[in-house]
Amino acid sequence: MKVSLFITCLSEMFYQNAAKDVVEVLERLDCEVDFPKGQICCGQPAYNSGYRKDAKKAAKQMIASFEASEYIVTPSGSCAAMFKEYPQLLKDEGEWHERAKKVADKTYEFTQFIVNILKVEDLGATYPAKATYHTSCHMTRLLHEKEAPFRLLKNVRGLELLPLQNNYDCCGFGGTFAVKMAPISEQMVDEKIRHIEESTANVLIAADNGCMMNIKGRIDRKGKAIEVKHIAQILNTRVEGRV
Amino acid sequence: MAMKIGEKPFFDRVDDALEDGFMRNAMAKAQDGLRGRKLNATVGDEQIGDWEEWRSAGEEIRRHTLENLDFYLDQLSENFARQGGHVYFAETAEDATRYIQEVAKKKNAKKITKAKSMVTEEIGLNEALEEIGCEVYETDLAEYILQIDDHDRPSHIVVPSLHKNKEQIRDTFRDKANYTGTSEPRELTAFARSQLRETFMEADIGVTGCNFAVAESGTISLVTNEGNANMVTTFPETQITVMGMERLVPTWNELDVMINLLSRSAVGQKITTYVTNLTPQLEEDSIDAPKEFHLVILDAGRSNALGTEFQSALHCIRCAACVNVCPVYRHIGGHAYGSIYQGPIGAVLSPILGGYEEYGELPYASSLCAACTEACPVKIPLHEHLIKHRENYVEKIGMTGEKMAMKTFGIGVSSPALFKLAVKGMPAVLGPLVKDNSITSGPGPMKLWTSVRKFPAPGKDNFRNWFNDRAKGRE
Ligand code: SF4
Repeated sequence: MKVSLFITCLSEMFYQNAAKDVVEVLERLDCEVDFPKGQICCGQPAYNSGYRKDAKKAAKQMIASFEASEYIVTPSGSCAAMFKEYPQLLKDEGEWHERAKKVADKTYEFTQFIVNILKVEDLGATYPAKATYHTSCHMTRLLHEKEAPFRLLKNVRGLELLPLQNNYDCCGFGGTFAVKMAPISEQMVDEKIRHIEESTANVLIAADNGCMMNIKGRIDRKGKAIEVKHIAQILNTRVEGRV
Repeated sequence: MAMKIGEKPFFDRVDDALEDGFMRNAMAKAQDGLRGRKLNATVGDEQIGDWEEWRSAGEEIRRHTLENLDFYLDQLSENFARQGGHVYFAETAEDATRYIQEVAKKKNAKKITKAKSMVTEEIGLNEALEEIGCEVYETDLAEYILQIDDHDRPSHIVVPSLHKNKEQIRDTFRDKANYTGTSEPRELTAFARSQLRETFMEADIGVTGCNFAVAESGTISLVTNEGNANMVTTFPETQITVMGMERLVPTWNELDVMINLLSRSAVGQKITTYVTNLTPQLEEDSIDAPKEFHLVILDAGRSNALGTEFQSALHCIRCAACVNVCPVYRHIGGHAYGSIYQGPIGAVLSPILGGYEEYGELPYASSLCAACTEACPVKIPLHEHLIKHRENYVEKIGMTGEKMAMKTFGIGVSSPALFKLAVKGMPAVLGPLVKDNSITSGPGPMKLWTSVRKFPAPGKDNFRNWFNDRAKGRE
């Protein structure tokens, strides 16, 4: 199966290890992974802040880069959801609307693609730890994917997945919200961390880099010893000795 | 007072709220409780079948009604007037209060009882009536508490006194009404009831809001739990009902659906204790109904949304389900919004009714987590409306620093070469700030981030190079 990787700007800049794990997992599942060179940012920061024109520019560039692909896979629920938003964003832009629809229809978040398209739930991964999972808002509410990550994590050997209280509450990232409404965002992320601690997990697993950056940034600032991992990092632990 | 709450700027109000640990505890507890109850009465109630179908039906009914608003408003007022009621269309809040003042003067009214109503808060009716010498009595328990606490303002559209716990209520009753009992809710309620009994019977005018008006019969429907609305509409000779012009349904069939959606979403009840339906069948010798019935239909900015992308904001049935799941409301409570309409719907509605100058920050008080959109029983895309508001805001009012940043963003994203360059340059730009693999204190806008969190150090490798090398290695 041919898969085009949309790596997302946060992954590309800050989370390259997770990005590499994404590639390795997909290849292990017999996907032929390519990397469209024209890819940039999905435009969400501009779109969510009310800069529609700039968001459209990003959208068009992305559509042009990905429209030839068979499947588009990205390790972020939020960025996948932004691709799904393109048809609406470009509804008054003639042929772009149709092109946007085609791209949106073949876009999948990483875990969603593995479970729903590749129909694989057991990757043979081993990760002995007490962990909990952060269900990100855009993945569950905009992409409507609530199950895929859990199906995959259920089959990770040694992983004890603990429930997270109020998992449906936002972690306080929200892109520019985190800086524009910093004092409110701070309270939100603190409550999230409180619940993570209460779960007694040592590791927080997530499938969205924005949330990870927010939660991890706050965990580090508070000097807490909770690790934050992208789900691809957990799933790519089959190789002996690699964690 | 009207719609606006407080004079302080937005961030000062937020600071006040964040310091109020008492209030925040109450909010979080209330949210968790209400959320559980709502789930039990909606997706968790097998008897009603598929909740999503109910939501779709609700959306459809509201859309149809708003698309044919003129028709149904005509029908409503015709039916209401035909049966002896008086209808007044108020374009502004002032028009509405002036009309009601005139009725009160004509009736020589001294005492006025009120059932819970946000729309009368919106138009500042109590103050207007007090201005002409009337005594106004709130009879809904929550509103009563606020009123005797020196006119405290509502912090929630369904439970206006949500920010107060029972101990605070006891203290208020003690300080303002010579209460001597405990903080036991039953006892507190009994006290309020005893205080209000007399008043109900002495009132000259009863004022209510309106949950829904049924166009086909000219009926006003009130959905309540305390029974006070029945008292307010039974004893006085004159009744005045104020409704937002969008709050109507075509027929009783739709009313049935809407009441289900409202009670289940608002308080997790399958049906509320009372659903009071009032039609002005006025008879001279009637002893248990008002002899005069006025219906004030209020625009006050609502028509700003008609025919625009915001029209569906008028589909709102004020159930507060969006408020009850909002993580921002959870932490800042209702007053910080500075409007009697708080939470996500408040952030959407307040700028429509009151403008961006006054309420322009509210659409930014959201992480766009879409919990509101998911909760809304009539499927209003609340988070999309918030984005729309932001678009209008940057266009009409603008944010200089941010605009520049976004311009740069616009240039960056329109060219992959530039984007690549930015990614490549990142380690060099941020490198000097990195300490122990993260950034603790950043410059410019990054400072707002690092005031709360650390910022990750940019990765040392270049992902694109890694990917290319890997592909090459395979060849
Ligand atoms: S916007 Fe929807 S959820 Fe919020 S109060 Fe209105 S009807 Fe209820």
